Amino acid sequence: MRWLALLALWALPAFAQPLPADRLPNPAAEARAQTIGREIRCMVCQGQSIEDSDADLARDLRRIIREKLVAGQDEGQIREFLHARYGDFILLRPPFSAATALLWATPVLALGFGILMLVLLRRRAAPPVPALSAEEEAALAKLKDTP
Amino acid sequence: MSKLSRRVLLGAPLGLAAAGGVGFWYMLSGLQDGSYDPRSVPSALLNRPVPEFTLNPVAEQPLPGFARADLLNLPRPVLVNFWASWCVPCIIEHPQLMALHREGVPIFGVNYKDRAPDARAFVERRGNPYTRLAADEPGRVAIEWGVYGVPETYLVDRQGLIRWRWPGPVTPEVLEQDLKPLLRRYA
Repeated sequence: MRWLALLALWALPAFAQPLPADRLPNPAAEARAQTIGREIRCMVCQGQSIEDSDADLARDLRRIIREKLVAGQDEGQIREFLHARYGDFILLRPPFSAATALLWATPVLALGFGILMLVLLRRRAAPPVPALSAEEEAALAKLKDTP
Repeated sequence: MSKLSRRVLLGAPLGLAAAGGVGFWYMLSGLQDGSYDPRSVPSALLNRPVPEFTLNPVAEQPLPGFARADLLNLPRPVLVNFWASWCVPCIIEHPQLMALHREGVPIFGVNYKDRAPDARAFVERRGNPYTRLAADEPGRVAIEWGVYGVPETYLVDRQGLIRWRWPGPVTPEVLEQDLKPLLRRYA
């Protein structure tokens, strides 16, 4: 039973395949179309790429990508077509711009903040306790001796 | 540890939780009256001219279709409303569209991925708020506009620039708080 569960975890993620009628006959062109589509967000399901989504709009966009590939457009032109209409959100890997600068800089900022906190905490750590003076040693010895 | 830093340590999480609670309350109340939608995405066409397109009218009804040229050099701003007879939120926003229509606001309808008889039945039964009614059965013109669901409503100013886009139903709150001030501003 446990092995079965482990096997299930190992199963490869399944990708929704485009309908056979929508697939390009040329396997190389179809592979290019899928590479582009995996980077395009489905605006309806939002967490998925259009290659993984069954939404109507995702199917339309998959068709448009294939039509444009067949018409000889390159990946950049196709992405630009979609970006002009749907904005940064449609690209699963958003471009670096003034609007997305904070998004891209967040990991660096978080790391910097962490390092800053570490440095500050270190600096504020209590100074080392000085060794006992002779008087204190004597007092301690006396305390130890008393039963 | 000093008294002050102790207070800060105690207060910071409470303050954060309180701020989070207030934010969450705003989100929930916005969700309720339709003014906040966590899935909505700003339009890439905002403050840009309307895209190039031509749409035929919905078959067998008197209203004309429209094209880009019909949205340029207008006497007053126009709403472009993407809708479908199969779309439930379109029923929710319909009374607001009728109210705008009675006030004389021109609404150009785009019937999205629908059948003409269903579209005609919808407006015959519920009332027709449109001054033009076009059909986009393949949904390609909707993609030119950046539509990702129905209903979606665009405000086009007199020069043909897109000034506002609302994804989802135009609720009474959206109508009063967002749309009406904009209609006055671009009148």
